[in-house]
Amino acid sequence: MMMKRVLTLVLFLSLFGLLAHNVMEMPGKFTVDAPAYNDTTQHYLDNAPSETGAINVVGAILADYRAFDTLGETIVLFTSIVAVASILKVTDKKTREESHDE
Amino acid sequence: MNDIIVKTVARILIPFIQLYGIFIMLHGHVSPGGGFAGGAMIGTSFVLYTLVFGIDKSKKKFSERVSEYAESGGILLYIALGLIGIIMAGSFLTNIDAGFPKGTPGSMFSGGMIPLLMIGIGIKVASTFITLFHTLIEEEEA
Amino acid sequence: MVWLNALIVVFLIVCAIAVERTKDLVSAVVILSAYTLMMSVLWLMLHTPDVALTEAAIGAGVTCILFLAVISRTERYE
Repeated sequence: MMMKRVLTLVLFLSLFGLLAHNVMEMPGKFTVDAPAYNDTTQHYLDNAPSETGAINVVGAILADYRAFDTLGETIVLFTSIVAVASILKVTDKKTREESHDE
Repeated sequence: MNDIIVKTVARILIPFIQLYGIFIMLHGHVSPGGGFAGGAMIGTSFVLYTLVFGIDKSKKKFSERVSEYAESGGILLYIALGLIGIIMAGSFLTNIDAGFPKGTPGSMFSGGMIPLLMIGIGIKVASTFITLFHTLIEEEEA
Repeated sequence: MVWLNALIVVFLIVCAIAVERTKDLVSAVVILSAYTLMMSVLWLMLHTPDVALTEAAIGAGVTCILFLAVISRTERYE
């Protein structure tokens, strides 16, 4: 039992050390190596009003550049409401027993 | 809730909440906000109506048939606008290239199809919240 | 401004611990509402008014109402 606990502790400490080392090795926000550092952000900020006609860049990204993503969010809402309605919908006792009999 | 003060205040307040929600929804391309925030405001105003005047009166205003049409209609409006992009320009949800008018940036009628998409999202979000609240609060009849 | 942000973050941490330690679920929902409202102010401080507006409407308004509706159908004390 003691052995198992020590083994678990060593395993988790080595995992923690590995992850902490990886975090330290990550590229910072303002280095050239960072994956988030690309032309996309500056392109949106510069060209969104002229390309879409919307001066709110967040709205332009939500409904123009990433409109397919927003469609997915809307479908998630639709699925959630269908799930809730199918589980919690109140039916009176008679119809419920009839549907159970079938 | 059978209180005259709450009823009077709610009756005065609800139209202004809905007006502000529609304002936020339609100005999603000009000012902060958009479909989600505006739709949530409109949904919250209906929830206030349900809390003050009871579930039966609220079901008359927003019945299950209206809820079905609004739920499906929001998404169908969105997808129909995307299909216009396929027909006119060749790819799904194309905005300016598909022939939607760009307008002057900063005015109300600008941004091509962005306000129409925001209306679709707003209808969907508002109807989702109202239907969720009605389904949760409904009492089971013996 | 940095001090105000730090104060709000401390308030958020206190609220999060209080929600976890409260036995009365209605009180927990009210504390969660205060948490979300301060979160919305913090978003405004960080210059994202879009997220602040959505957080105030959905987090402080709709989420708490739905939680209260669920509590009204189940038990109030855990």
